[in-house]
Amino acid sequence: MGPRRIVLYINRNPSSTRRKVSELQETESAAAVVQMKGITKTFPGVLANDHVDFDIRSGEIHALLGENGAGKTTLMNILYGLYQPEEGEIYVDGRRVIINSPKDAINLGIGMVHQLFRLIPSLTVTENIVLGLRSSRRPFLDLDVAEKKLTDLSDRYGLKVDPKAKLWQLSVGEQQRVEILKALYRGAKVLIMDEPTSVLTPQEVNELMVIMKKMAAEGLAVIPFVTHKLREVMAISDRITVMRRGKVVATIQTKTTNERDLAMKMVGRMVLMETETVKVPSERAILELERLRAINDKGLLALEDVSLSIRQGEILGIAGVAGNGQTELAEVITGLRKATGGRILINGKDITNRSTREIMEAGIGHVPEKRVETGVVPDLNVRENLILTSYDDPSLSSRFLLERASIDRHVDKLIADFGIMTPSKDSQVRLLSGGNLQRLILAREVTRKNLSALVTVYPTRGLDVGATEFIRNTLVSLKKKGVAILLISEDLDEILSLSDRIAVVFKGRIMGVLSASEAKIDEIGLMMAGAVKAE
Amino acid sequence: MVVRLGSIEIEFRKRGTRPRYLAYLVPFVAVVVALLVGSVVLVSAGVDPLTAYLALFNTAFGNSYSLSETIVKAIPLMLAAMGTAITFLAGFWNIGAEGQLQIGALAATWATLTFSGAPAFVIIPWTMLVTFVAGGAWGMIPAFFKVKLGADEILTTLMMNYVAILAVFYFVYGPWRDPAAYGNPRTPLLPESARIPAILGTRIHLTLFVALGIAVLLYWLLTRTKFGLEIRIIGGNKDAAKYAGINVFKNLLLVTLIGGGIAALAGMGEVAGLHYTLPKGISPGYGYTAVVVAWLARLNPVAIPASAFLFGGLLNGGYGIQMVFAVPIALVNAIQALVLFFVLALSIFYEYNIVVRRRR
Repeated sequence: MGPRRIVLYINRNPSSTRRKVSELQETESAAAVVQMKGITKTFPGVLANDHVDFDIRSGEIHALLGENGAGKTTLMNILYGLYQPEEGEIYVDGRRVIINSPKDAINLGIGMVHQLFRLIPSLTVTENIVLGLRSSRRPFLDLDVAEKKLTDLSDRYGLKVDPKAKLWQLSVGEQQRVEILKALYRGAKVLIMDEPTSVLTPQEVNELMVIMKKMAAEGLAVIPFVTHKLREVMAISDRITVMRRGKVVATIQTKTTNERDLAMKMVGRMVLMETETVKVPSERAILELERLRAINDKGLLALEDVSLSIRQGEILGIAGVAGNGQTELAEVITGLRKATGGRILINGKDITNRSTREIMEAGIGHVPEKRVETGVVPDLNVRENLILTSYDDPSLSSRFLLERASIDRHVDKLIADFGIMTPSKDSQVRLLSGGNLQRLILAREVTRKNLSALVTVYPTRGLDVGATEFIRNTLVSLKKKGVAILLISEDLDEILSLSDRIAVVFKGRIMGVLSASEAKIDEIGLMMAGAVKAE
Repeated sequence: MVVRLGSIEIEFRKRGTRPRYLAYLVPFVAVVVALLVGSVVLVSAGVDPLTAYLALFNTAFGNSYSLSETIVKAIPLMLAAMGTAITFLAGFWNIGAEGQLQIGALAATWATLTFSGAPAFVIIPWTMLVTFVAGGAWGMIPAFFKVKLGADEILTTLMMNYVAILAVFYFVYGPWRDPAAYGNPRTPLLPESARIPAILGTRIHLTLFVALGIAVLLYWLLTRTKFGLEIRIIGGNKDAAKYAGINVFKNLLLVTLIGGGIAALAGMGEVAGLHYTLPKGISPGYGYTAVVVAWLARLNPVAIPASAFLFGGLLNGGYGIQMVFAVPIALVNAIQALVLFFVLALSIFYEYNIVVRRRR
């Protein structure tokens, strides 16, 4: 059999897609723009997509919901031409297509808005948008023409953004609009959005929702895919497809479901949405920061006079949009970054600018932001990674030698106690899943000798519901034991449900500290965007 | 990832687990493929590859004399490769074994010249100590500049090799030149007491056993000690090492000291065990071949003797083909390079399973 001749059907007439929603609802038989039938894709040992059916109509917001590893990213990567399915068919406007690359997808009117934006900071909005496109005035740029078209698009969909602004001047929300415009400019009529709200403040989320509704009203088909923000999914979508372990569990009208039902479908069992909160009253401050200052990798001020105090058995949550100094805060406390001013005290002892080893020995544990990049050594095995920060302990090693027998006993216990799924303790950790990796790191950090404070950064980011539940429960039980916990998270719900107090950070400054029981999500949102706490 | 070539699809699938047999199979296949590709080079030089490889094999392993000569070549390769491997394990891409070997030869010569009256049991340990410290100090310099100034160690170690080679030239042509050697630039012969004994009837000097001992010692150091764990953590992920509170600077200095010291012992072996003098051109590039030897052994110190033996044979056999067919030695160097190339290229099999199928 020779190579198959591939014919791509390309829609060059965008006006045909601009149907009114009302028409669509009247004609129930409205054909799907995209139809995926029986999609199957395997990765080593994983059936990522198992005969998945998915379709979307013009003017519809059809959310794809599932835990990490449920297969939704794989499915959308197939639609966007990044993977090829082993089985199954894709139809666009009723015609069978084979999508071999993102270029094919774009030609078919399928656009993707990535979670991490792919934009160039030093270029203007217009320049970013025409980048890689053929100019009508080759070899010169047709920026005026582009700008005109861009203004039309942003007016039509309510995507407010200044075409002449440089990218670095824009907020995260605005940058996301540029990504959306980039897809629309290339003629997208189907817009795949990868975790669109994960980097936004609550206010920006509201704005985005308005934009998405407007796009749908203008006849676009929008597919947001979402891991855990059920509330947002309920608020925005017309239909929801829930995936679990590579299969579609259900495709439902949003009107007919609720958050609890969705969570159950996602996980396959009842989920306790609220984590148990325990009050451990104690006035004794364990970790104290006094007017702490630090600069970031670019040499700019990252922390400005940060003063915080975490008491025994207390979880202090740091809320804020990513990139407002959270990373630097964790690094300064754990000795990975120099403080340029201020003091850090643990149990009253000054540890400012001490070595990481001394800080560890003073009783601070660290669950780092980047699990794979800093939390483990991927090529070393589970045993070695489980003692990465504790091998120096007298129970595990003498002055020079590793005590193999006691290390094995310690490691076996951690694997059992923390439910780390690994073929053996000699397996490389690069083979572990994200949830297991985080269990490993947590096991190592929370069982360290004389642990009195734990710095934990995005502890459940990207994890499935099961692992998230486990990690949150571990933090709560640690709190019961009297450990002071600094919880840096981008998930406001997580911060609200776990913390005793919440500090909101904006551009390296603490905008205010709220008691979790009294905090309102709107108030936190405003502070995350830079408003000072109203006294 | 899928690659399409006409009607054939090649898929690279990430392995879930890494089978043990791969550690033996991959280097073996790499050598075989290198020899196959090398035969193209030989044909183009007008040599029948089969006869050439036969000659190579005979000169390398054919009889007890050639075997012993292969081992003689394997000794410096072994030491230089172990010195290289331990720094590679720490993620320090040191290709300075050649220079460390040269400095070691220089230091060994100096030690014997200064202590020439002493008995063997004093002078040989003394020479070893001087050699180790000199090579280690030389090896630490690039590590210092790497940490303090961010100087790329691949460049600095390579450049320092030339400095070391030229330093040897200076001494053998200059202050240490033996006037009795006429046109042959070398230092005076070492006193009897400073010479490392050889196995009777061969040129295999006892440095071999020192090297084998070091292999075992390094293996123990890497797997059983805190220092070894720290080295592998640094080599595996420098950010994780910092996060774990490991002093990267101190450990890098220490590991380059040890690595440089071991590589320098190769130079001492050549001077005190083989030539009994420091000649110009003490090494035909052992320090560079050592990089290939180390990789072929997957940086495992106890596998290095075997890999060094193979390359000793390749070197030795190379002289054989050179003499029989009058082809340049560069051909043999090309085959060596091919081995490294294929060892690295085939490393993909450690991570991926490769599936070839006809396209649907």
